[in-house]
Amino acid sequence: MLTIGTGNKAVAAAVKAAKPGVVAAYPITPQTEIVEQLAEYVTTGELESRYIPVESEHSAMAACIGASAGGVRTFTATSSHGLLYMHEMVHWAAGARLPIVMANVNRALGPGWNTWAEHTDAFSQRDTGWLQVFVGTVQEAYDATLMAFKIAEDERVLLPVMVNLDGFTLSHIMQSLETVEIGDFLPAYHLPHAIDTENPCVYGPMTGPADYFRFRWDIERSMRDAKGVIADVEREFAERFGRSYGPTEDYRCEDADVIVVAMGTLGKEAEVAVDRLRDEGIKAGSMRLRWFRPFPDLDLSGREVVVIDRDYSFGFGGVVAHSIRSKTGIVPYSVIAGLGGQEVTYNDIADFVRNRHPGEETWFGVSDHV
Amino acid sequence: MPGGGGAKLSLQMVTNVDERSVNNLSAIPKEEYLYKCTSACAGCSSSLCLRYVLKAAGPDTVLVVPACCTSVIQGIYPGTAMNVPVYNIAFAAAAACASGLSDALSARGKETNVIVYAGDGGTVDIGIQSLSGAFERGTNFLYICYDNEAYGNTGMQRSGSTPLGARTTTTPGGKRTAKKDLDRIVEAHNPPYMATACSAYPLDLYKKVKKALSIEGPKFIHILAPCPPGWRYPTEKTVEMGKLAVKTGTWILYEREFGKLSINGPSKAAMRKPAPLEDYINGQGRFKNLSPEIASEIRQQVERNIQRLSREEAGIC
Ligand SMILES: Cc1ncc(C[n+]2csc(CCOP(=O)(O)OP(=O)(O)O)c2C)c(N)n1
Ligand code: SF4
Ligand SMILES: [Mg+2]
Repeated sequence: MLTIGTGNKAVAAAVKAAKPGVVAAYPITPQTEIVEQLAEYVTTGELESRYIPVESEHSAMAACIGASAGGVRTFTATSSHGLLYMHEMVHWAAGARLPIVMANVNRALGPGWNTWAEHTDAFSQRDTGWLQVFVGTVQEAYDATLMAFKIAEDERVLLPVMVNLDGFTLSHIMQSLETVEIGDFLPAYHLPHAIDTENPCVYGPMTGPADYFRFRWDIERSMRDAKGVIADVEREFAERFGRSYGPTEDYRCEDADVIVVAMGTLGKEAEVAVDRLRDEGIKAGSMRLRWFRPFPDLDLSGREVVVIDRDYSFGFGGVVAHSIRSKTGIVPYSVIAGLGGQEVTYNDIADFVRNRHPGEETWFGVSDHV
Repeated sequence: MPGGGGAKLSLQMVTNVDERSVNNLSAIPKEEYLYKCTSACAGCSSSLCLRYVLKAAGPDTVLVVPACCTSVIQGIYPGTAMNVPVYNIAFAAAAACASGLSDALSARGKETNVIVYAGDGGTVDIGIQSLSGAFERGTNFLYICYDNEAYGNTGMQRSGSTPLGARTTTTPGGKRTAKKDLDRIVEAHNPPYMATACSAYPLDLYKKVKKALSIEGPKFIHILAPCPPGWRYPTEKTVEMGKLAVKTGTWILYEREFGKLSINGPSKAAMRKPAPLEDYINGQGRFKNLSPEIASEIRQQVERNIQRLSREEAGIC
């Protein structure tokens, strides 16, 4: 059905379609609309689910862990401080191999209090064993959330998935949204190691180094297998519903001399910048990185690369810039921009390309090339 | 009534007739859900309690265990001493994990018992927020706190539940503040059922677990669980130490059903005429060299608690 909606509403609509048995949630700006909308669906009976209004995000993830292990599909949503507050349980969910889906509405971290978009919250969880996808449109927020359940629950994966959308610039903006009849796209929830009193097992007991090490390797193996599963699910989604996605969204990259790599809404903004640059005769392209974990294999050979990081690892550099560098060997021009919701327009992005200094780093509007 | 009729018959009475009629240890089911191969210390009473809790709960039970001695007692992967599913979870998260699990099982149409078995630290300190949240939400589960009055797992540091004067590895000079009154905190959530118990009275514990599990909603049992290495007494005195806690009125056995308090068995007599407090305190190394002031304050705390509960039971407010 064609409608219009915000990023938050799109996520909630997708969750309704996925019919989780348990939703455990705690409000935080700019995510709150998702959990309010789900509470509404549950109250009106549009979604038959147990809604657990927990007292903290640590408990939200703990409740999702209990519910997922207890044999039902499970969802939560959070942002920023909420994500950091549940950090211990974020690790636990992946280690326990539970296909929980969580929407994270990307937001900056205090102090000072800032509810605007930034990706540092998600990147602070990058080593937890969660799959992470970043979306750029309302439609993609819906589609990626639906696919997240299928990817997470695939027996080759059995890892949780975090769907990231930018605070306000996506969570609160209206775009067209086509909802789908999912039919049997999502099979019934089946967790091979669900708790079963007929077959009593102990979960997460004390574990010695040799076994522990094997379990960690198992997570990594599934992360690697997840690349294929993601591709399969995205292909099936395209066949059924007509919208296709990949590890990156490439725009005018084929013949590009210089490629802008960005994530989330800045990645969409970059497409407009590319059109402007092309008008000026600069052969630019844009590559919006969708999947961050597992990190995709990128082909950027022979191009100049400008990376926009809406995040920072203090004392090190932009997380995406360094990931690109270590995965491709290309030394990009690293632009740190948009922290705490700093406005970055397509004109600004075009400027980054026009004034690029390969190998250097710039804090947009704050520092010169360093 | 059961007891004399042999194990088989008694077992039937336990499972089929009136659970409350179990008044003899031999009537407790012979099935074991906690095997003998645990890694608990010699004389550990909290593992003893777990054994009785599980006998009362039976096989259709899932245990949720935060970081505590019970995470260790189970054994090391791939071995286990447990014969019911156990979900180990982070230190602060047991009640919240149990919330999700309880809802998931009921969404699947199951009536499985969900029981948290947590230490005092995981309950009165780091886990109190999730405990409070789960009780406020009316989660259908049983939360059991076994109270060895310190952080046993990490080597006997103080907890909020460590009593005044007790020496732990982080209160080498004796704890200077009183034991946190967990029961009054839980009571403030108005649960349909809450009770205290003590490892030295397993039948009482067994009955309380049975009763708790027959009630819908959040239930709570607080078990005093003497701990030889922590309390510094010889391992063979574990049962005696529990009995002394009750007989001196230091630990009072009661139930609170829908708010109504009833003092149980041995505590009735103990509250009328408590045994000398020294009998309890002098047998424990953790209370060695108590100053007279602290000893007197401990005595007053015990008396105040006895008075408060006696008055409440008698309906005097
Ligand atoms: C977040 C966190 N902080 C600290 C610890 C270390 N830790 C594990 S068990 C424990 C103490 C448990 O004490 P209690 O709950 O009383 O149970 P007991 O060990 O006495 O059975 C501590 C401090 C931990 N596992 N997690
Ligand atoms: S430290 Fe105490 S509670 Fe822990 S296993 Fe040993 S005896 Fe039991
Ligand atoms: Mg303890």
